[in-house]
Amino acid sequence: MLTEAKHITPYSLYAKVLVGLLVLTTFTILVPWLNLTAFTVLIALLLASTKAGIVMTYFMHLKLENSLLKILVIMVLLIYVSVILLTFSDYVFR
Amino acid sequence: MNLHEEPSYLVDTGKRKGLRAWLTTTDHKRIGLLYLWSIMVFFIVGGILGETMRTELFKPGQQFFGPQTYNAIFTLHGLIMIFLIVIPGLTVVFGNFVMPIMIGANDVAFPRLNLFAWYLYILGAAVVVVSQFTGNGPPDTGWTFYAPYSTQTHTNVIAAVSGAFILGFSSILTGINFIVTIHRLRAPGMSFFKMPLLPWAIYATAWIQILATPVIGITLLMIIAERVFHIGFFDPALGGDPILYQHLFWIYSHPAVYIMILPAMGVITEIIPTFCQKQIYGYKAIAISSLAIAGVGYFVWGHHMFTSGMSKEAIWTFSLLTFLVAVPSAIKVFNWVATMYKGSIDMKPPLLYAIAFIFLFCIGGLTGLVQGALATDIQVHDTSFVVAHFHYIIFGGVGFAFLGAIHYWYPKMFGRMYNFRVANIAWGFLFIGFNLLYFPQFIIGLQGMPRRYFDYLPQFTWAQQISTIGGYILGIGFIIMVVNLFRKNGAPAPPNPWGGRTLEWRLSSPPPMENFPAPPDVPNKPYDYD
Amino acid sequence: MERDDIGAKLGMWVFIFTEILLFGGLFLVYAVMRHRYAADFHQASLQLNTFIGALNTVVLLISSMTVAMSITAVQKKDKRMATILLCITLLCAVIFLIDKYFEWGHKISILLYPGSDLMQSLKHGYILFFSLYFFMTGLHMLHLVIGAVILIVALVKIRMGLITDEHYVLLENGGLYWHLVDLIWIFLFPLLYLVT
Repeated sequence: MLTEAKHITPYSLYAKVLVGLLVLTTFTILVPWLNLTAFTVLIALLLASTKAGIVMTYFMHLKLENSLLKILVIMVLLIYVSVILLTFSDYVFR
Repeated sequence: MNLHEEPSYLVDTGKRKGLRAWLTTTDHKRIGLLYLWSIMVFFIVGGILGETMRTELFKPGQQFFGPQTYNAIFTLHGLIMIFLIVIPGLTVVFGNFVMPIMIGANDVAFPRLNLFAWYLYILGAAVVVVSQFTGNGPPDTGWTFYAPYSTQTHTNVIAAVSGAFILGFSSILTGINFIVTIHRLRAPGMSFFKMPLLPWAIYATAWIQILATPVIGITLLMIIAERVFHIGFFDPALGGDPILYQHLFWIYSHPAVYIMILPAMGVITEIIPTFCQKQIYGYKAIAISSLAIAGVGYFVWGHHMFTSGMSKEAIWTFSLLTFLVAVPSAIKVFNWVATMYKGSIDMKPPLLYAIAFIFLFCIGGLTGLVQGALATDIQVHDTSFVVAHFHYIIFGGVGFAFLGAIHYWYPKMFGRMYNFRVANIAWGFLFIGFNLLYFPQFIIGLQGMPRRYFDYLPQFTWAQQISTIGGYILGIGFIIMVVNLFRKNGAPAPPNPWGGRTLEWRLSSPPPMENFPAPPDVPNKPYDYD
Repeated sequence: MERDDIGAKLGMWVFIFTEILLFGGLFLVYAVMRHRYAADFHQASLQLNTFIGALNTVVLLISSMTVAMSITAVQKKDKRMATILLCITLLCAVIFLIDKYFEWGHKISILLYPGSDLMQSLKHGYILFFSLYFFMTGLHMLHLVIGAVILIVALVKIRMGLITDEHYVLLENGGLYWHLVDLIWIFLFPLLYLVT
C-alpha cells in the first residue's frame, strides 16, 4: 500500500488552530509596545517560531506524519540555525 | 536474470526512434548516458582551456594573450569544471545509471523530473556559454564571483551567474529525486544497512545538494540585484560588507566539494571489494562516515576566508571544525586499505584508478590540513599551493574516481569489454602527467607564486615548464583512454565480468529497459564474498 | 510504476527544505545587517505600514486554514465545499497582492526604491533595511503567485474530477507549498514591520 490510511481532520480543529494563531499574532504586534528593547527581537522570534511550529504540526499535518519526516524537519532547522550562529562568530567579534 | 529475452535499454522499442527517443526518455539508464555525453563535451572544452593556460604559462611574460583574456579563461575553466563536470559528474551519471539497480528498483522516484533536470543542466550550460559572447565580454572574476569586483566589473556577470543559478536548480531536483528514491524504492528486504555503499554516498550527497545549493542560489540573485539595483549588501559605500558575500558563497561552495567527493568515495568503495574479492572492511563505519562528512562539512566554510578580515574567534572555530571533518575521510582511507590487505588482488584498470585515487586523495587531503591551520594558511592562501591542493582532490580524487567508474561499469553500460593493456597505458600517461602538472605547483606556491596570475617571476620558470609538459602528457593520456573506450571492438561482456556482488552484476550487460520484472532476492549482506 | 503518494509528499517536503534555505540566506543577511545597524533598522521600519502588514498576516493565516480545510472537504467527497474553500484561499492571495500593490506603490511614488537617487542618499542602515524589505517581500510575492497558480490547477482538477478522495496528493502538495508561503511571512512580518 503506497497510500496511507485516510485520517480526516475535522474542520473545527483547523478553526481552533487559526484562533490560536491569531492570538499569537496579536501578542506579536503588542510586544514592541512593551518596549523590552534587546529582548523584543528574541520574543518576536520565539512567537514566530511557535506560530510556525503550529502551522507545520496541524496545517501541514506533520503531527500525522511518520517520525522520519519529523526528524528531518528538526534536522534541517538545526542545521540552518547553526549556520547563522557560526556566521555570527565572525560578526559578533568584529 | 534477463540474459537473452529482453532487448537492451540501448535499443529503441517504443514509438519514437533515434535521437527523439533519447531526448524524450525517462529511463534512468538513458538519462545517465545523456549526462555522460554532455559531460564529455564540456570536459573537452574545459580541458582545452586548461591546456591553453598552461601553454601561456610556459614562459614568463606574455606569449599569446594578455591578462584580461587569461582572467576570462580561468573563470570559464572554473565555471565549466566545477558547475558542469565535478559537481554533477558522478552523481548524475552513476547515481542515475547504477544506483537504482543497486537498490533493486526499476527507476528513480520521479523519472520525468529526472529528464527535466537534464534539460535544466543543458539550459544552464547554454546560458554560461552565451555569457562568453554577449554584453561586454566574458566574466573575469574567477568562478568565485567575489564582491565587490563582481558587482562592479563591466563584463557579463549577470548572464554567467544566471547560468549557474539554473544549474543549481538542476542539482536540487536531482537531489530531491535521489532522496525519495532511496527512501521509497529499495527492494523488499533491503534495509538501509543492507544497501551497498554507493547508494549511501549518493544519499549523503543528495542532502548536501538540498541544503546547500539554495544558499548559492539566493547569493547569485543578490549579485544580480546588486548590479541592477545597487541593493548594497556587499558594498561598503552603501553600508554593506564584502565579507558577507564570501560567507554566503562558501556556505554553499564548501559543502559543494563534498558533493564532489562523496560519490567518488562511494565509487572507490564499490571497486575495491570487487577487485580484492573481499568483504569491505568496516561497512557501517563507511556508511556513517559519509553522513558525518556531509554533516560536519556544513560548518567549515570559513577556512576559505582566513585572510579576508574575519574575526579571530571565527577563524579558530572554523579551523577546529576543519580538522574534525578530516577524521571521517581518514576513516574511509583506512578502511579501503584494510579491505585490500590479504585480499585476492586483481589489478584491472578500475583498481588501478582506485589505488591512484587513494594516493592522490591523501596528498590532496594532507595539503588541505596545511591550509586548515591559520598560520600556514596565511603563507599559502591565494598561491598555486592552493591550486595544486584542490586539483589533487578534485582531479586526482573525483576525476580519477570518475575514470575508474567508467572503466568499472563500461561493460555493464555498453555490453562490451575493452582492451586492458591500452587502458593501463592510458592510466600511466594520466598518472604521470597529473603529478608532473600539479606537484611543482605545491613547491612554487610555498615560494610565493600567486594563483590566477598570467605572468610570474623568472625563478618559477622551471616549475611552470615541468607543469606544462605534465599537462600535455595528461592530454595524451586522455586521448589514448578515449580512443580505447570508443573503439567498441572488445568481446561482448558477460553479466558479471569482475565477480562483483552488487545487484547490477545480476543483470545482462547491457541491462534491459526494465531492470527487475520481479523484485530481486536481496543478499544477506552487501559485498557477500564469504 | 505504481503511484506513490507518500513518496510524492516526501518529495514536496524535501523541496520545502530547499525553499527554507533559499529564504534562509536572506534572513542571514537581515540578521547580520540588523546587528550592525540596529538603531537605523528601528527607525527605517517606522516607514512601513504596520496595519497593512498585520492585515496581510491575518489574511495569509486564514488562507492557510482554508486550504487545509479543503483537503478535509475532498476527503469527505464534498466537491462544493472544497471549491468554496479554495476560492477563499485564492481570494486571500488576491487581497494580499492588492495590499502589496498599495504598499510598494506608495514607496515607489515617493521615489523610495532600490537604486533610486533618494535611496542612495539615505543613511547606510536605511538603505540596507529597504533593500532587504524589497528583496524579501518581492521574493515572497513571487512564491505566493507560484503557490496560487498551483492551487488554481488543483481547483480545476477538483472540478474536473481528477482530484478525488482516493487521489488528492496534488492538493496536499499544493497545500504544503501554500503553508510555506505563510511560514515565510510569519517571520517576515515581525522582522520587517515590528522592529520598533
